[in-house]
Amino acid sequence: MTGPAILLLLAGLGAIAWVSARARALRLQTVARATGRRDAVHSLPGYHGWYVALWTLIPAAIFLAVWANVVPGLVTQSVLADPAAQSLPLDGFSRSAILGEARAIASGDQAGAFNPLSQGLVEPYAQALNKYGVAGGVLALVLAFAGGAYAFTRIRPDFRARTRVERLVMASLLIASLIAIVTTVGIVASLLWESFRFFSMVNPIDFLFGTKWSPQSAAMGYGNDDAFGAVPLFWGTIFIGAIIAMIVAIPLGLMSAIYLTQYASPTVRKWMKPTLEMLAGVPTVVYGYFAALTIAPALRDFAVAIGIHGASSESALAAGLVMGVMIIPFVSSMADDSIAAVPQSMRDGSLAMGATTSETIRKVLIPAALPGVVGGVLLAVSRAIGETMIVVMAAGLAANLTVNPFASVTTVTTQIVQLLTGDQEFDSAKTLAAFALGLVLFIVTLLLNIVALRVVKKYREAYE
Amino acid sequence: MSVTPTPPQRLPTDWKSDAMRKRIAGRYAAERRFKYAGLFAVLLSASFLAFLLVTMMGNGLRGFTRTEIALKIDFPASPLLLDPAAITDESLNQANLPMVTDTVAKKLLGADADTLLSPTAWVSIRDAIKADPKILSRTETISVPASTGLDLAAKGQGSPEMEAAVARLKQQDVLSTGFNTSFLTASDGTDPTQVGIWGAFKGSLLTMIVTLVLSFPIGVATALYLEEYARKSWWTDIIEVSINNLAAVPSIIFGLLGLSIFLNLAHLPRSAALVGGMTLALMTMPVIVIAGRNAIKSVPPSIRDAALGIGASPVQVVFQHVLPLALPGILTGTIIGMARALGETAPLLMIGMRAFIATPPGGITDPATVLPVQIFLWSDEVSKGFVEKTSAAIIVLLAFLLAMNGLAIYLRNKFETRW
Repeated sequence: MTGPAILLLLAGLGAIAWVSARARALRLQTVARATGRRDAVHSLPGYHGWYVALWTLIPAAIFLAVWANVVPGLVTQSVLADPAAQSLPLDGFSRSAILGEARAIASGDQAGAFNPLSQGLVEPYAQALNKYGVAGGVLALVLAFAGGAYAFTRIRPDFRARTRVERLVMASLLIASLIAIVTTVGIVASLLWESFRFFSMVNPIDFLFGTKWSPQSAAMGYGNDDAFGAVPLFWGTIFIGAIIAMIVAIPLGLMSAIYLTQYASPTVRKWMKPTLEMLAGVPTVVYGYFAALTIAPALRDFAVAIGIHGASSESALAAGLVMGVMIIPFVSSMADDSIAAVPQSMRDGSLAMGATTSETIRKVLIPAALPGVVGGVLLAVSRAIGETMIVVMAAGLAANLTVNPFASVTTVTTQIVQLLTGDQEFDSAKTLAAFALGLVLFIVTLLLNIVALRVVKKYREAYE
Repeated sequence: MSVTPTPPQRLPTDWKSDAMRKRIAGRYAAERRFKYAGLFAVLLSASFLAFLLVTMMGNGLRGFTRTEIALKIDFPASPLLLDPAAITDESLNQANLPMVTDTVAKKLLGADADTLLSPTAWVSIRDAIKADPKILSRTETISVPASTGLDLAAKGQGSPEMEAAVARLKQQDVLSTGFNTSFLTASDGTDPTQVGIWGAFKGSLLTMIVTLVLSFPIGVATALYLEEYARKSWWTDIIEVSINNLAAVPSIIFGLLGLSIFLNLAHLPRSAALVGGMTLALMTMPVIVIAGRNAIKSVPPSIRDAALGIGASPVQVVFQHVLPLALPGILTGTIIGMARALGETAPLLMIGMRAFIATPPGGITDPATVLPVQIFLWSDEVSKGFVEKTSAAIIVLLAFLLAMNGLAIYLRNKFETRW
């Protein structure tokens, strides 16, 4: 019996259980009402239906989930007990390769065998798979029947089916909300674990303060010393994400927000605000392609024309400019929120004293909204340094420590992508370094977010 | 007794004096400058968007067309050995059409015909014969795709030799431009004239289905639990902090999680839509939870009170009254989250979806690629013909994102209730 067939059969059983239990509860209700006791049936018939259906499905489903994890081991054992398995090589790797091939043929994933030994094992494999498949299916059906029958016998007028079904609903809501915690724990645990392995090979001090980054040479066997100094990466990330991008995004975002909230007519605002927000909706891979195809060559030509040395076709400036454009709507909407939160009375007071609108904005609104704006900028920085595709496509791979914006620099995210794509042996310092970089990135973005949210919150409280 | 100090005598401001007029004019000028600076910022930002879109359109629209060469084939005289009465897939495969096409083309177009025709030109001839076997007994004109070099030259970007070939073919009046159907039906390849986005599109579709199936129920359930049932405690604080942090974690970190947990620990298949969908679901879930909580919060308490008052249980209140009323808001948030997931590239690179995959995936465990990753892969190709294909794929992706966001806005406007 195949998996989908069993699942379909179980679903059918569940439906039958629901219909029959509901019908029975309905009959009980009619009887009770006929005898004049209107309140005798506690739960609506549908709840009795759900109660029996869940008892039919859940035990069988749990059993199948466990069974699916146990069966591969049992099948392999029974195949190894077969006389045809006596001639298998004892070496673990080729042994499991042959077993894997035989299993693939037996389950129909592969047409023929490369190894004659695995051809001999196909028959035992097919038999064992069939045997355990049938056994599992039958056991699951028996469980479904047993569960359903047990629940069905409990249908009585005063049986509290609704309470029980609702308890299950509540439990599943609680479990769903735990997924967020599990994910967070999973991220932290996997980053910490792999970073721990990395730091057992490379000194953390060298990693955090070293200025030479050449994981390729470490991979080629020149040793791990001096190869994993991440300072050029940190500098590149800050240079692109926190300096160049912000020089573009802060003035444009702030002035856009001011114009749209203070000056623009409602019609202009209605059209321009979504237009600017579209900048945030464009996928980063599109920005990356745009930066690499259009902006970067233009910038290089410009740099060569004005005589700057070391201009590269993959420049920090191209990546930073485009990233800044991407961040504009983010800064703009944060500024928008914090300006809107300044009490109207402060604005009115300033205007009543004879200040012009721009004087009010510059001398009253912006100073009052400053904490919110700063918080928004911090959030924008945290987003910019975690951005990957733009820098992968436009910033280059050379780990330079330079302040020349026309030169190529590399960033943390670029290097993570670079280290983890291509060949992957999971024990080399080269691949594990990506997780250490990920850990640094995670901690920094987390701190930025916590600080930013605290600043924004404190400032909100000041006006409430 | 103290004497109240008399305020110093102060003359009323002479607003008409030259100094004052100048000062006021200066202040108004500053006002105007500030206003125009704001307008300039808005227009500059919008023109970035326009510039980006125009660049992509300019490069990409050419990717949807292809240059075709009309071959006037005299079938009875050609070396093709096929019986018009018995055309099957097998007999067509055995007829060695690629070689016949080459011979015919050399006779018609000159000795350099193999550099002019696409390597898959024979497929068009095969399809034409299959559609109507009767053409084998007469002379028939069939349009076949041109090679990448000729295609680029016809669009004004080719090498000098190919430009000359284009001029020559134009004189023979055999060149035409047609809609590139194979761009929508084919998958990744090595020759720019043959590549298409169907494989990547199908991969995106499967990945999005997995993402939606996982993140929507979990996200809605979490939002309901936090907003309706959970009493505030250190426990719900932890859940809340986790969700807010997950919403702010860079997407590449989710890729690292997927790599180390789903691939290395759970041994799920690499490059598969299943793993991609699971990774993106973890990323999308916080977005749905946050949008869902806001939507649930906006349902007025009077509705809950009324339902409780006529005897509904807490679960009935939520599932029969609150949830249906909050659903439009939740759906809007879900669509926005899905649009973000559809454009996401970095985490999928981490779990190996950057492999070269020339066949569309058959299921969620087959190796697949998605549209943004396909764009990334094509952008790395050196061949010049890939520029227009990359931009064309970007147009398709942007069209989908625009449609999804438009749907979200429509839903919000149509079903949003102000209480």
